[in-house]
Amino acid sequence: MNTTIMLFLLQDGITNGAIYALLGLALVLVFAVTRVILIPQGEFVTYGALSYAMLATGQVPGTARLAVAMGVVAFGLDLYAARRALRLKPVSRSAALNIVLPAAILALTYALAGPKTPIAVNIVLSLLIVAVIGLFLYRIAFQPLAHTSVLVLLIASVGCHLALQGLGLVFFGAEGLRGPALSNAAVTLGPLRFTGQSLAVYGLTIAFIVGLWLFFGFTLMGKALRATAVNRLGARLVGIRTTLSGQIAFLLASVIGAISGILIVPITTLYYDTGFLIGLKGFIAAIIGGLVSYPLTAVAALVVGCVEAFSSFYASNFKEVIVFTLIIPVLLLRSLAAPAVEEEKD
Amino acid sequence: MSALLKVGDAHVAYGKVEAVRSVSLEVADNEIVTIIGANGAGKTTLLNAIMGILPLKGFAAFAGADMASLDIEDRVAAGLSLVPEHRELFGTMNVEDNLQLGAFRIPKAIAAKSFERVYTLFPRLKERRKQLAGTLSGGEQQMLAMGRALMGAPKLLMLDEPSLGLAPIIVADIFRTIGELRAAGVSVLLVEQNAQAALKIADRAYVMELGEFVLNGPASDIATNARVAASYLGFTHEGESAI
Repeated sequence: MNTTIMLFLLQDGITNGAIYALLGLALVLVFAVTRVILIPQGEFVTYGALSYAMLATGQVPGTARLAVAMGVVAFGLDLYAARRALRLKPVSRSAALNIVLPAAILALTYALAGPKTPIAVNIVLSLLIVAVIGLFLYRIAFQPLAHTSVLVLLIASVGCHLALQGLGLVFFGAEGLRGPALSNAAVTLGPLRFTGQSLAVYGLTIAFIVGLWLFFGFTLMGKALRATAVNRLGARLVGIRTTLSGQIAFLLASVIGAISGILIVPITTLYYDTGFLIGLKGFIAAIIGGLVSYPLTAVAALVVGCVEAFSSFYASNFKEVIVFTLIIPVLLLRSLAAPAVEEEKD
Repeated sequence: MSALLKVGDAHVAYGKVEAVRSVSLEVADNEIVTIIGANGAGKTTLLNAIMGILPLKGFAAFAGADMASLDIEDRVAAGLSLVPEHRELFGTMNVEDNLQLGAFRIPKAIAAKSFERVYTLFPRLKERRKQLAGTLSGGEQQMLAMGRALMGAPKLLMLDEPSLGLAPIIVADIFRTIGELRAAGVSVLLVEQNAQAALKIADRAYVMELGEFVLNGPASDIATNARVAASYLGFTHEGESAI
């Protein structure tokens, strides 16, 4: 192998690794705050990517209608939960969030969708759609289970993944889609050619990491999320609602997933079930980071990306096998380093 | 004086085992009330149930409003605050962040005043404000737990065993601070095993045994009660008492 190929593979690995880093960070965030291992993270990727790709062809994606349907269910759950003391203020707030918001997004999508819609508008629409889907997913599937064990939450998570993947097949069909690139510019630096798309991947990943760092380090809401992750009872005792923390975590995760998808879909063709595999690689990075460490997860994600790039060059048949094998020595080491911990009760 | 907290015929159970049976209690505005009793009498259980952490069967009202349909967060917003036995601090966050989160439910302008008040009550916390809560000493952690609860400007502060595991000189410090809270308009419901110290600062006291209140009255009467003196004050000799 010569240096040019090596540089090329590294570049490829870092581009993919950046995406895995985003997804891994979202997984760590959701797990820390809600104890949910977010398997449907991959579906947020697919939904974001394919909604964007469909909007680019001028069609209204089915995800916009799914958001409305999920909103209606979420509103129903809110009403049921408050059935003993129905007060106007919480009910109208719930209606605004669960009914009016997704309906407005659907209307906006119908109004704006067309073959000539600017890329930026399509991106915003897809992000909005996936964001509310993430929010409602928490309300419908996880909020009622918030007090149960990690295992129950994991099973619910697998269920959500299967349901969303099936719906993805309905909305987007079995054939893959590809979206338009964010920019066609390119910079050549020695032997390497950086496309505008890969620069956008780097830029947005760094922006997100800095943004999350600022959010968690300096805003009251970010600190409240961290507090929920550190000590759930302590957080409740100062009046931080665990449901609010969970909603924000899911909102962030779905937006991060959708952004990742929109960044990938101009580079590779995505199918309704591709997101799962991409999400799993973020998951590997998160596991290497022990599901707690953000910096370790980001570094691990870059390693995963590079291992993937090199193994697809040397042994492309075994690409996925090699990547997923990374997890075994890590789990072994972790199990040796840390004694078995009993699951927290609350 | 009107009752700030009113609990009537309360039962709290863990499954089939009733840890608290038919307990009634009142805390008035600007009053310090203590519940004393041996380990396992049900004191912590009762406080947790009043806070909404455990389900309470019976009647519980705060500031004139029935609390049956309120969860923990609603009770915090209403002005009820608990400093739990295990303190439940945010260990990996610094002192200042812990305090800031204590003011999560109140407007920023008021939070700034709360900071001032808490730092005046506990100057030690101001010195340690950039230190991680988990690395503080036991006494400082107790001060932080109380400070965090006070940041939310509660009407009633419930303290669960604030003296547990602390050196006598720090216990004295903490009890002096509890006494000062009254001047700041905060009522206190204090659960303690250190009966002598608790009875010194309290206006009224309840004595709890095996999940029931067996005695109640003005703290000075309870302190001189023969039965209480024998069971709770008997083994602290004059010379070596905590306070």
